[in-house]
Amino acid sequence: MTAPVSISLTVNGERVAAHVMPRLNLADFLREHLKLTGTHVGCEHGVCGACTVRIGGEIVRSCLTLAVQVNGATVQTIEGLSDTGEIADLQAAFRDRNALQCGFCTPGMLMAAQDLLQHNRNPAREEIREHLSGNYCRCTGYQAIVDAVETTARTRMERSA
Amino acid sequence: MKASAFAYARATSVANALELLVQHGEKAKLLSGGQSLIPAMNLRLISPELIVDIGEISELRGITVRGDSLVIGALTRHADLLKSSDIVKCAPLLAAAVAHVAHPAIRNRGTIGGSLAQADPASELPACMLALGTTIVVRGPGGERRIAAEDFFTGIYETKLSPQDLLVAIEIPVARKGSAHFFQEFARRHGDYAIVGLAAQAVLQNDRFADLRLGYFAVGDTPVLAKAASKLTGVAVTPALLADAAAALSDELDPHEDQQATRAMRRHLAKVLLARCVATLLNRPDLQAGGRA
Repeated sequence: MTAPVSISLTVNGERVAAHVMPRLNLADFLREHLKLTGTHVGCEHGVCGACTVRIGGEIVRSCLTLAVQVNGATVQTIEGLSDTGEIADLQAAFRDRNALQCGFCTPGMLMAAQDLLQHNRNPAREEIREHLSGNYCRCTGYQAIVDAVETTARTRMERSA
Repeated sequence: MKASAFAYARATSVANALELLVQHGEKAKLLSGGQSLIPAMNLRLISPELIVDIGEISELRGITVRGDSLVIGALTRHADLLKSSDIVKCAPLLAAAVAHVAHPAIRNRGTIGGSLAQADPASELPACMLALGTTIVVRGPGGERRIAAEDFFTGIYETKLSPQDLLVAIEIPVARKGSAHFFQEFARRHGDYAIVGLAAQAVLQNDRFADLRLGYFAVGDTPVLAKAASKLTGVAVTPALLADAAAALSDELDPHEDQQATRAMRRHLAKVLLARCVATLLNRPDLQAGGRA
Protein backbone atom coordinates (compact mmCIF):
# COMPACT_ATOMS: atom_id res chain seq x y z
CA MET A 1 0.00 0.00 0.00
CA THR A 2 2.78 2.44 0.73
CA ALA A 3 3.57 2.80 -2.95
CA PRO A 4 5.11 5.89 -4.54
CA VAL A 5 2.66 8.51 -5.79
CA SER A 6 3.30 10.57 -8.90
CA ILE A 7 3.17 14.32 -8.50
CA SER A 8 3.75 17.25 -10.80
CA LEU A 9 4.17 20.83 -9.69
CA THR A 10 5.94 24.08 -10.48
CA VAL A 11 9.00 24.96 -8.43
CA ASN A 12 10.55 28.39 -8.93
CA GLY A 13 8.93 28.64 -12.36
CA GLU A 14 10.03 25.21 -13.62
CA ARG A 15 7.77 22.21 -14.13
CA VAL A 16 8.79 19.25 -12.00
CA ALA A 17 7.41 15.70 -12.08
CA ALA A 18 8.40 12.96 -9.62
CA HIS A 19 7.38 9.74 -7.91
CA VAL A 20 7.49 10.18 -4.16
CA MET A 21 6.68 8.11 -1.10
CA PRO A 22 3.68 9.51 0.82
CA ARG A 23 5.80 10.02 3.94
CA LEU A 24 8.22 12.38 2.17
CA ASN A 25 7.70 15.94 3.33
CA LEU A 26 8.04 18.92 1.02
CA ALA A 27 11.23 20.16 2.71
CA ASP A 28 13.03 16.87 2.07
CA PHE A 29 11.62 16.70 -1.47
CA LEU A 30 13.05 20.15 -2.23
CA ARG A 31 16.39 19.42 -0.60
CA GLU A 32 17.05 15.84 -1.64
CA HIS A 33 15.19 15.39 -4.92
CA LEU A 34 15.61 18.88 -6.34
CA LYS A 35 18.85 19.78 -4.51
CA LEU A 36 17.33 23.09 -3.41
CA THR A 37 19.13 23.13 -0.08
CA GLY A 38 18.33 26.72 0.83
CA THR A 39 15.19 25.43 2.55
CA HIS A 40 16.51 24.32 5.93
CA VAL A 41 15.21 21.54 8.14
CA GLY A 42 15.43 22.43 11.83
CA CYS A 43 12.84 21.08 14.25
CA GLU A 44 10.70 19.04 11.82
CA HIS A 45 7.56 19.79 13.77
CA GLY A 46 6.60 23.29 12.77
CA VAL A 47 8.18 25.30 15.56
CA CYS A 48 11.36 26.85 14.15
CA GLY A 49 10.36 28.24 10.74
CA ALA A 50 13.66 27.41 9.00
CA CYS A 51 11.78 25.41 6.33
CA THR A 52 9.43 28.25 5.29
CA VAL A 53 8.53 28.25 1.57
CA ARG A 54 5.65 29.62 -0.51
CA ILE A 55 2.82 27.51 -1.87
CA GLY A 56 0.50 29.42 -4.19
CA GLY A 57 2.14 32.63 -3.03
CA GLU A 58 1.50 32.02 0.69
CA ILE A 59 4.17 31.10 3.20
CA VAL A 60 3.91 27.64 4.79
CA ARG A 61 6.00 25.19 6.77
CA SER A 62 7.44 22.73 4.24
CA CYS A 63 8.21 20.25 7.06
CA LEU A 64 4.46 20.11 7.84
CA THR A 65 3.43 19.63 4.23
CA LEU A 66 3.70 16.33 2.41
CA ALA A 67 5.15 16.35 -1.09
CA VAL A 68 2.01 14.52 -2.28
CA GLN A 69 -0.09 17.46 -1.04
CA VAL A 70 1.54 19.93 -3.43
CA ASN A 71 0.54 18.05 -6.57
CA GLY A 72 -0.51 20.73 -9.07
CA ALA A 73 0.72 23.55 -6.83
CA THR A 74 3.16 26.40 -7.41
CA VAL A 75 6.05 26.36 -4.98
CA GLN A 76 8.66 29.07 -4.47
CA THR A 77 11.76 28.59 -2.37
CA ILE A 78 14.44 30.96 -1.15
CA GLU A 79 16.42 30.14 -4.32
CA GLY A 80 13.50 31.41 -6.42
CA LEU A 81 13.07 34.64 -4.46
CA SER A 82 16.82 35.19 -4.49
CA ASP A 83 17.38 34.50 -8.21
CA THR A 84 14.56 36.76 -9.39
CA GLY A 85 15.95 39.65 -7.34
CA GLU A 86 12.65 40.00 -5.48
CA ILE A 87 14.36 40.26 -2.12
CA ALA A 88 17.78 41.63 -3.14
CA ASP A 89 17.24 44.75 -1.03
CA LEU A 90 16.10 42.73 1.99
CA GLN A 91 19.13 40.45 1.67
CA ALA A 92 21.43 43.49 1.44
CA ALA A 93 19.80 44.99 4.54
CA PHE A 94 20.35 41.73 6.47
CA ARG A 95 24.01 41.73 5.43
CA ASP A 96 24.56 45.43 6.22
CA ARG A 97 22.96 45.16 9.66
CA ASN A 98 24.63 41.82 10.56
CA ALA A 99 21.17 40.30 10.88
CA LEU A 100 22.64 36.81 10.57
CA GLN A 101 25.51 34.96 12.12
CA CYS A 102 25.36 31.23 11.43
CA GLY A 103 22.71 31.79 8.73
CA PHE A 104 20.66 28.69 9.46
CA CYS A 105 17.44 30.61 10.08
CA THR A 106 18.06 33.22 7.38
CA PRO A 107 16.20 31.64 4.42
CA GLY A 108 13.07 31.19 6.55
CA MET A 109 13.48 34.67 8.06
CA LEU A 110 13.71 36.23 4.60
CA MET A 111 10.62 34.32 3.39
CA ALA A 112 8.59 35.42 6.43
CA ALA A 113 9.88 39.02 6.33
CA GLN A 114 9.08 39.39 2.62
CA ASP A 115 5.60 37.98 3.31
CA LEU A 116 5.05 40.68 5.93
CA LEU A 117 6.29 43.47 3.64
CA GLN A 118 3.97 42.30 0.86
CA HIS A 119 0.95 42.56 3.15
CA ASN A 120 2.01 45.58 5.18
CA ARG A 121 4.25 48.16 3.53
CA ASN A 122 4.96 50.06 6.72
CA PRO A 123 4.95 47.68 9.68
CA ALA A 124 5.69 48.85 13.22
CA ARG A 125 8.51 47.05 15.05
CA GLU A 126 5.95 45.20 17.14
CA GLU A 127 4.22 43.98 13.98
CA ILE A 128 7.56 42.81 12.58
CA ARG A 129 8.26 40.87 15.77
CA GLU A 130 4.80 39.36 15.70
CA HIS A 131 5.06 38.27 12.08
CA LEU A 132 8.49 36.73 12.67
CA SER A 133 7.41 35.11 15.96
CA GLY A 134 7.27 31.72 14.24
CA ASN A 135 10.90 31.89 13.12
CA TYR A 136 13.62 31.04 15.60
CA CYS A 137 17.07 32.64 15.47
CA ARG A 138 19.55 31.38 18.07
CA CYS A 139 22.35 33.83 17.22
CA THR A 140 21.26 37.43 16.81
CA GLY A 141 18.73 38.11 19.54
CA TYR A 142 16.37 39.34 16.76
CA GLN A 143 17.18 43.04 17.25
CA ALA A 144 19.27 43.27 14.07
CA ILE A 145 16.73 41.24 12.09
CA VAL A 146 13.92 43.61 13.08
CA ASP A 147 16.20 46.55 12.18
CA ALA A 148 16.90 45.10 8.72
CA VAL A 149 13.22 44.50 7.99
CA GLU A 150 12.33 47.97 9.22
CA THR A 151 15.05 49.55 7.06
CA THR A 152 13.89 47.64 3.99
CA ALA A 153 10.28 48.75 4.55
CA ARG A 154 11.38 52.37 4.85
CA THR A 155 13.60 52.23 1.77
CA ARG A 156 10.82 50.64 -0.31
CA MET A 157 8.37 53.31 0.86
CA GLU A 158 10.81 56.08 -0.11
CA ARG A 159 11.48 54.48 -3.48
CA SER A 160 7.80 54.22 -4.35
CA ALA A 161 6.97 57.73 -3.04
CA MET B 1 12.30 12.94 12.96
CA LYS B 2 10.44 11.69 9.93
CA ALA B 3 6.96 10.17 9.86
CA SER B 4 6.88 6.39 9.53
CA ALA B 5 5.66 4.95 6.24
CA PHE B 6 1.97 5.10 5.40
CA ALA B 7 -0.33 4.68 2.43
CA TYR B 8 -2.00 7.72 0.94
CA ALA B 9 -5.44 8.24 -0.56
CA ARG B 10 -6.73 11.53 -1.93
CA ALA B 11 -10.45 11.72 -1.18
CA THR B 12 -12.48 13.11 -4.07
CA SER B 13 -15.68 13.83 -2.13
CA VAL B 14 -17.15 13.62 1.37
CA ALA B 15 -18.80 10.31 0.42
CA ASN B 16 -15.47 8.95 -0.83
CA ALA B 17 -13.71 10.04 2.38
CA LEU B 18 -16.40 8.34 4.50
CA GLU B 19 -16.07 5.11 2.46
CA LEU B 20 -12.33 5.07 3.08
CA LEU B 21 -12.86 5.65 6.81
CA VAL B 22 -15.40 2.82 7.02
CA GLN B 23 -12.99 0.49 5.20
CA HIS B 24 -9.93 1.30 7.29
CA GLY B 25 -11.35 2.35 10.65
CA GLU B 26 -8.81 3.29 13.30
CA LYS B 27 -5.87 2.56 11.01
CA ALA B 28 -6.72 5.64 8.97
CA LYS B 29 -6.32 9.33 9.81
CA LEU B 30 -7.84 12.31 8.04
CA LEU B 31 -5.42 14.93 6.75
CA SER B 32 -6.76 18.47 6.30
CA GLY B 33 -4.22 21.25 6.92
CA GLY B 34 -1.83 18.85 8.64
CA GLN B 35 -0.55 21.41 11.14
CA SER B 36 -1.28 19.16 14.14
CA LEU B 37 -1.33 15.74 12.48
CA ILE B 38 2.03 15.96 10.70
CA PRO B 39 4.00 17.17 13.75
CA ALA B 40 2.49 14.26 15.72
CA MET B 41 3.51 11.88 12.93
CA ASN B 42 7.00 13.40 12.61
CA LEU B 43 7.46 12.96 16.36
CA ARG B 44 6.18 9.36 15.99
CA LEU B 45 3.45 10.02 18.54
CA ILE B 46 1.09 8.43 16.04
CA SER B 47 1.74 6.16 13.05
CA PRO B 48 -1.41 5.79 10.95
CA GLU B 49 -1.35 3.14 8.23
CA LEU B 50 -3.42 5.23 5.85
CA ILE B 51 -3.70 8.97 5.38
CA VAL B 52 -6.97 10.11 3.81
CA ASP B 53 -6.25 13.55 2.36
CA ILE B 54 -9.46 15.62 2.33
CA GLY B 55 -7.62 18.83 1.38
CA GLU B 56 -9.08 18.98 -2.12
CA ILE B 57 -12.76 18.61 -1.21
CA SER B 58 -13.58 22.20 -2.05
CA GLU B 59 -17.21 21.95 -0.86
CA LEU B 60 -15.85 21.79 2.70
CA ARG B 61 -14.14 25.18 2.45
CA GLY B 62 -15.89 28.51 2.82
CA ILE B 63 -17.82 30.91 5.05
CA THR B 64 -21.50 31.71 4.47
CA VAL B 65 -24.28 33.44 6.41
CA ARG B 66 -27.53 31.44 6.36
CA GLY B 67 -30.30 33.20 8.22
CA ASP B 68 -29.22 33.52 11.85
CA SER B 69 -26.24 31.19 11.42
CA LEU B 70 -22.70 31.68 10.30
CA VAL B 71 -21.68 28.44 8.60
CA ILE B 72 -17.99 27.68 8.31
CA GLY B 73 -16.78 24.70 6.28
CA ALA B 74 -14.36 22.39 8.07
CA LEU B 75 -11.52 23.04 5.61
CA THR B 76 -11.68 26.81 6.06
CA ARG B 77 -8.21 27.93 6.99
CA HIS B 78 -7.26 30.16 9.89
CA ALA B 79 -5.99 32.74 7.38
CA ASP B 80 -9.43 32.68 5.66
CA LEU B 81 -11.10 33.38 9.02
CA LEU B 82 -8.79 36.34 9.61
CA LYS B 83 -9.59 37.86 6.21
CA SER B 84 -13.36 37.34 6.30
CA SER B 85 -15.65 40.36 6.73
CA ASP B 86 -18.50 37.96 7.67
CA ILE B 87 -16.47 36.73 10.65
CA VAL B 88 -15.76 40.30 11.80
CA LYS B 89 -19.46 41.14 11.52
CA CYS B 90 -21.10 37.94 12.81
CA ALA B 91 -18.52 36.40 15.17
CA PRO B 92 -15.86 38.99 16.00
CA LEU B 93 -14.67 36.84 18.93
CA LEU B 94 -13.39 34.33 16.41
CA ALA B 95 -11.48 37.01 14.50
CA ALA B 96 -9.83 38.16 17.75
CA ALA B 97 -8.91 34.60 18.70
CA VAL B 98 -7.49 33.46 15.36
CA ALA B 99 -4.82 36.16 15.49
CA HIS B 100 -3.40 34.21 18.46
CA VAL B 101 -3.41 30.83 16.71
CA ALA B 102 0.20 29.94 15.95
CA HIS B 103 2.04 31.94 13.28
CA PRO B 104 1.22 33.22 9.77
CA ALA B 105 2.80 30.23 7.99
CA ILE B 106 0.75 27.82 10.14
CA ARG B 107 -2.45 29.84 9.76
CA ASN B 108 -2.11 29.61 5.98
CA ARG B 109 -2.52 25.81 6.18
CA GLY B 110 -4.30 24.98 9.44
CA THR B 111 -8.07 24.53 9.28
CA ILE B 112 -10.87 25.15 11.77
CA GLY B 113 -12.18 21.59 11.41
CA GLY B 114 -8.73 20.19 12.01
CA SER B 115 -8.24 22.30 15.12
CA LEU B 116 -11.59 21.25 16.60
CA ALA B 117 -11.12 17.56 15.76
CA GLN B 118 -7.64 17.68 17.29
CA ALA B 119 -9.17 19.10 20.50
CA ASP B 120 -5.97 20.25 22.11
CA PRO B 121 -7.13 21.65 25.47
CA ALA B 122 -4.66 24.55 25.14
CA SER B 123 -5.84 25.70 21.72
CA GLU B 124 -8.00 28.75 21.21
CA LEU B 125 -10.76 27.69 18.84
CA PRO B 126 -12.45 24.96 20.94
CA ALA B 127 -12.99 27.48 23.76
CA CYS B 128 -14.42 29.98 21.25
CA MET B 129 -16.89 27.33 20.12
CA LEU B 130 -18.14 26.96 23.71
CA ALA B 131 -18.44 30.71 24.21
CA LEU B 132 -20.25 31.17 20.89
CA GLY B 133 -22.73 28.32 21.43
CA THR B 134 -21.60 26.60 18.24
CA THR B 135 -23.12 23.49 16.69
CA ILE B 136 -20.65 21.05 15.15
CA VAL B 137 -21.89 19.19 12.08
CA VAL B 138 -20.52 15.67 11.65
CA ARG B 139 -21.10 13.08 8.94
CA GLY B 140 -20.58 9.39 9.56
CA PRO B 141 -21.80 6.01 8.37
CA GLY B 142 -25.23 6.67 9.96
CA GLY B 143 -25.69 10.04 8.29
CA GLU B 144 -25.37 13.57 9.62
CA ARG B 145 -25.26 14.49 13.33
CA ARG B 146 -25.33 17.88 14.94
CA ILE B 147 -23.45 18.13 18.23
CA ALA B 148 -23.45 21.11 20.59
CA ALA B 149 -19.90 22.31 21.25
CA GLU B 150 -20.55 21.87 24.98
CA ASP B 151 -20.95 18.11 24.43
CA PHE B 152 -18.31 17.73 21.70
CA PHE B 153 -15.05 17.93 23.67
CA THR B 154 -14.68 14.93 25.95
CA GLY B 155 -11.00 14.79 26.93
CA ILE B 156 -7.43 15.60 25.97
CA TYR B 157 -7.41 15.21 22.15
CA GLU B 158 -10.76 13.44 22.54
CA THR B 159 -14.12 14.36 21.06
CA LYS B 160 -17.44 12.79 20.15
CA LEU B 161 -15.98 11.97 16.71
CA SER B 162 -15.65 8.25 16.02
CA PRO B 163 -12.89 6.97 13.67
CA GLN B 164 -15.54 6.77 10.91
CA ASP B 165 -16.70 10.37 11.29
CA LEU B 166 -15.86 13.48 9.31
CA LEU B 167 -16.41 16.93 10.82
CA VAL B 168 -17.91 18.85 7.89
CA ALA B 169 -18.90 22.27 9.21
CA ILE B 170 -19.67 24.43 12.20
CA GLU B 171 -22.65 26.71 12.72
CA ILE B 172 -22.33 29.78 14.90
CA PRO B 173 -25.36 31.87 15.92
CA VAL B 174 -24.89 35.34 14.42
CA ALA B 175 -23.97 37.85 17.13
CA ARG B 176 -27.10 39.54 18.52
CA LYS B 177 -27.61 43.26 19.08
CA GLY B 178 -25.83 44.28 22.27
CA SER B 179 -23.24 41.52 21.91
CA ALA B 180 -19.71 42.06 23.08
CA HIS B 181 -16.66 39.83 23.22
CA PHE B 182 -13.35 39.54 25.04
CA PHE B 183 -10.32 37.45 24.16
CA GLN B 184 -7.03 37.27 26.00
CA GLU B 185 -4.41 34.65 26.69
CA PHE B 186 -1.16 34.33 28.56
CA ALA B 187 1.61 32.79 26.44
CA ARG B 188 5.39 32.87 26.62
CA ARG B 189 5.67 33.95 22.99
CA HIS B 190 3.07 35.29 20.57
CA GLY B 191 1.55 32.30 18.79
CA ASP B 192 2.54 29.72 21.38
CA TYR B 193 -0.02 27.54 23.09
CA ALA B 194 -1.57 29.46 25.94
CA ILE B 195 -0.69 29.00 29.61
CA VAL B 196 -4.27 30.09 30.32
CA GLY B 197 -6.72 31.83 28.01
CA LEU B 198 -10.27 33.16 27.96
CA ALA B 199 -12.70 33.54 25.07
CA ALA B 200 -15.84 35.30 26.26
CA GLN B 201 -19.09 36.24 24.56
CA ALA B 202 -21.64 38.46 26.28
CA VAL B 203 -24.91 40.24 25.71
CA LEU B 204 -25.11 43.57 27.52
CA GLN B 205 -28.27 45.31 28.70
CA ASN B 206 -28.26 48.50 30.77
CA ASP B 207 -24.75 48.06 32.18
CA ARG B 208 -25.47 44.45 33.12
CA PHE B 209 -24.80 41.10 31.54
CA ALA B 210 -27.99 39.68 30.05
CA ASP B 211 -25.82 36.73 29.07
CA LEU B 212 -22.18 35.86 29.70
CA ARG B 213 -20.37 32.81 28.33
CA LEU B 214 -16.81 32.28 29.52
CA GLY B 215 -14.81 29.77 27.45
CA TYR B 216 -11.56 28.98 29.25
CA PHE B 217 -8.72 27.02 27.66
CA ALA B 218 -5.51 25.42 28.94
CA VAL B 219 -7.22 24.92 32.31
CA GLY B 220 -7.82 21.17 32.22
CA ASP B 221 -8.55 18.19 29.97
CA THR B 222 -11.09 20.07 27.86
CA PRO B 223 -12.07 23.66 27.25
CA VAL B 224 -14.39 24.80 30.04
CA LEU B 225 -17.58 26.85 29.85
CA ALA B 226 -17.33 28.37 33.32
CA LYS B 227 -20.47 28.10 35.43
CA ALA B 228 -19.22 30.97 37.58
CA ALA B 229 -20.50 33.29 34.85
CA SER B 230 -24.06 32.78 36.13
CA LYS B 231 -23.18 34.74 39.28
CA LEU B 232 -22.56 37.80 37.14
CA THR B 233 -25.62 37.83 34.88
CA GLY B 234 -28.72 39.93 35.42
CA VAL B 235 -27.21 41.79 38.37
CA ALA B 236 -25.22 44.95 39.03
CA VAL B 237 -21.66 43.65 39.36
CA THR B 238 -19.85 44.84 42.48
CA PRO B 239 -16.26 44.09 43.50
CA ALA B 240 -17.62 41.69 46.16
CA LEU B 241 -19.76 39.86 43.61
CA LEU B 242 -16.81 39.59 41.23
CA ALA B 243 -14.65 38.18 44.04
CA ASP B 244 -17.40 35.66 44.76
CA ALA B 245 -17.49 34.64 41.07
CA ALA B 246 -13.68 34.39 40.99
CA ALA B 247 -13.75 32.05 44.00
CA ALA B 248 -16.39 29.90 42.31
CA LEU B 249 -14.30 29.85 39.13
CA SER B 250 -11.25 28.74 41.07
CA ASP B 251 -13.26 25.88 42.59
CA GLU B 252 -14.68 24.61 39.33
CA LEU B 253 -11.40 24.58 37.37
CA ASP B 254 -9.10 21.58 37.57
CA PRO B 255 -5.97 22.76 35.77
CA HIS B 256 -2.85 20.70 35.05
CA GLU B 257 0.64 21.35 36.27
CA ASP B 258 3.38 21.34 33.63
CA GLN B 259 6.70 23.04 32.88
CA GLN B 260 4.86 26.26 32.05
CA ALA B 261 2.79 26.72 35.20
CA THR B 262 1.61 25.19 38.46
CA ARG B 263 -2.07 24.54 39.18
CA ALA B 264 -2.16 27.52 41.55
CA MET B 265 -0.65 29.81 38.92
CA ARG B 266 -3.24 28.69 36.34
CA ARG B 267 -6.07 29.28 38.81
CA HIS B 268 -4.66 32.72 39.59
CA LEU B 269 -4.32 33.65 35.92
CA ALA B 270 -7.85 32.44 35.19
CA LYS B 271 -9.12 34.80 37.89
CA VAL B 272 -7.01 37.63 36.48
CA LEU B 273 -8.60 37.09 33.08
CA LEU B 274 -12.07 37.03 34.64
CA ALA B 275 -11.50 40.43 36.25
CA ARG B 276 -10.07 41.89 33.06
CA CYS B 277 -12.93 40.50 31.01
CA VAL B 278 -15.68 41.81 33.26
CA ALA B 279 -14.03 45.22 33.70
CA THR B 280 -13.51 45.56 29.95
CA LEU B 281 -16.94 44.43 28.84
CA LEU B 282 -18.82 46.51 31.43
CA ASN B 283 -16.39 49.39 30.95
CA ARG B 284 -15.80 49.45 34.69
CA PRO B 285 -12.08 50.04 35.35
CA ASP B 286 -12.80 49.84 39.11
CA LEU B 287 -13.40 46.09 38.74
CA GLN B 288 -9.95 45.62 37.23
CA ALA B 289 -8.33 45.67 40.71
CA GLY B 290 -8.08 41.88 40.70
CA GLY B 291 -6.80 41.93 37.14
CA ARG B 292 -3.09 42.23 37.75
CA ALA B 293 -1.11 39.16 36.74
